[in-house]
Amino acid sequence: MIGPKTLYDKIWDAHVVSTSDDGTCLLYIDRHLVHEVTSPQAFEGLRLAGRKVRAPEKTIAVPDHNVPTTLDRVSGVIANEESRIQVDALDKNARDFGVVYYPVSDVRQGIVHIVGPEQGWTLPGMTVVCGDSHTATHGAFGALAHGIGTSEVEHVLATQTLIQKKSKNMKVEITGHLRPGVTAKDITLSVIGATGTAGGTGYVIEYCGTAIEDLSMEGRMTVCNMAIEGGARAGLIAPDEKTFAYVMGRPHAPKGAQWEAALAWWKTLKTDADAQFDKVVTLRGEDIAPVVTWGTSPEDVLPITGTVPAATDFAGGKVEAAERSLAYMDLTPGMKLTDIKIDTVFIGSCTNGRIEDLRAAAAILKGKKIKPGLRAMVVPGSGLVRAQAEEEGLAQIFLDAGMEWRLAGCSMCLAMNPDQLAPGERCAATSNRNFEGRQGRGGRTHLMSPAMAAAAAITGHLTDVREMM
Amino acid sequence: MEKFTTLTGIAAPMPLVNIDTDMIIPKQFLKTIARTGLGKNLFDEMRFTQDGAEIPDFVLNKPAYRKAEILVAGDNFGCGSSREHAPWALLDFGIRAVVSTSFADIFFNNCFKNGILPIVLPPEAVATLMADAQKGANARMSVDLAAQTVTSSDGQVFHFEVDAFKKHCLLNGLDDIGLTLEKVSAIDTFETQATQSRPWV
Repeated sequence: MIGPKTLYDKIWDAHVVSTSDDGTCLLYIDRHLVHEVTSPQAFEGLRLAGRKVRAPEKTIAVPDHNVPTTLDRVSGVIANEESRIQVDALDKNARDFGVVYYPVSDVRQGIVHIVGPEQGWTLPGMTVVCGDSHTATHGAFGALAHGIGTSEVEHVLATQTLIQKKSKNMKVEITGHLRPGVTAKDITLSVIGATGTAGGTGYVIEYCGTAIEDLSMEGRMTVCNMAIEGGARAGLIAPDEKTFAYVMGRPHAPKGAQWEAALAWWKTLKTDADAQFDKVVTLRGEDIAPVVTWGTSPEDVLPITGTVPAATDFAGGKVEAAERSLAYMDLTPGMKLTDIKIDTVFIGSCTNGRIEDLRAAAAILKGKKIKPGLRAMVVPGSGLVRAQAEEEGLAQIFLDAGMEWRLAGCSMCLAMNPDQLAPGERCAATSNRNFEGRQGRGGRTHLMSPAMAAAAAITGHLTDVREMM
Repeated sequence: MEKFTTLTGIAAPMPLVNIDTDMIIPKQFLKTIARTGLGKNLFDEMRFTQDGAEIPDFVLNKPAYRKAEILVAGDNFGCGSSREHAPWALLDFGIRAVVSTSFADIFFNNCFKNGILPIVLPPEAVATLMADAQKGANARMSVDLAAQTVTSSDGQVFHFEVDAFKKHCLLNGLDDIGLTLEKVSAIDTFETQATQSRPWV
């Protein structure tokens, strides 16, 4: 295309292999991340058709969804038979097709969206896909990253391309600066609260503005991670000096002359001044409060100072949905959010399982004890995050507070492994989805930031973290 | 993939908005390494109690809708995860078309890879078809992909838009990996050029 371009336009244009008359494109994929749940049928499809993985050196596999996070997993045996079969299938497929692989026993193993950036596989300007909706995380590097289904996983394995139509451009600008106690998680939840879970459907979001620039890479990953919860195909942030500093020296980042060449291109990866967006949403950083979700959709977001809404506060199909949510969550309209008592705290996931998240939680928990009777687990996003947290003394803070300190994996975010809520159990969670049954059948999830989850762990109810700072 | 040309069948109404992939197929059923057999767990936690008994109020448990082939659903159907197990479960149950005002992006794409047609219509049209679906088993709806129409049981015709390439693949049951591999020389050329311009990738 000619004329001023958005960041999304630039990355898209750099990856178009061919364009059909109707505008359908074949898009080249630079990195394909693979985990054990959405890939077995794709590898089986390759076998049945006698096909190979076209670019095994650009295909990175790691088991994360099913893996136990308890310390006894070092025995190497996964007790749940179906989970074990899926992980064993990934072991075999990775070996048979020769893709890059981090097995459970490798200290670099972890949640695929944490491992990719950590190892330097994710770089600015790339196209990154994975059979997982939270692939949007990698957009924090100024990469075009999105989730795909298993048929598309097979397509990428076989051809290193995807058949795509271009999305529209949406700008989400967060002006000004965040107030103390407000984090990247509060930004991303507040955006979804403002736009709804379908507000981004058909768009790729570029997050920008001073409050976004202020964020660390970890915070930017948290923001982009939940672009999918707003319905967007992807979310991305223009790379800057923070991005380059994060990437430099990572195992698979370019070195020497290639680094210089890469850097020169990466510095061009920003939206041109007069480029047009199809939709613009602007929030003031100063207006964003620490937030929690009350219902069973990520759009059910309120400041922690708020009260539970009534179904009649909504319109259209949302009335029935809100009634259903209130019944499922066992909440009464008008009650203060801070009066909601919790049973469990989960700190982890691809949204908030990075070192900065653990530091934020530890800062609140230092020298404190969690509410007696509460179950609280901290699940680092990767083996390397775990090691770093131990080195920094964060793990000891969690253990001293009475929390469980686990091994890396997706864990209670989607509860495919044994980390689950019991029916009726209520959880303060740093993960990304509060859907019915998400953390276990009948389980009730309130989404929030790591600092807010830590505060709730101490008091036993949803709590405004600003009162503890 | 099975072709989709025309379909006349029972349509089940699901007016709830934001029906997510975790509702369509809860995670405990994602542990399979096959694509088939998921129909019995479609909408599992809405359809069955914890001990496996049917919940009579759930639409697909009602006698009129047990053989539904079409869903008419509330806004933003299929939001959430990328799990293709969601369309696999719908297909395995026998659902070949879903009508809504909007679909989540990944779910929408996944449907086309599995012979399921997701149909986007304006709110007024979906409301009319929802009311039609609520009439029960005698209200059979028709979908014609070539003509891009949905016809209600009383003969009201609604035209829908569909991407030309996706329509072509669905009408002919085409495997798009095969189609892409016909362009392998273009991929080779792109890769050679990219290796020079972005050697670090």
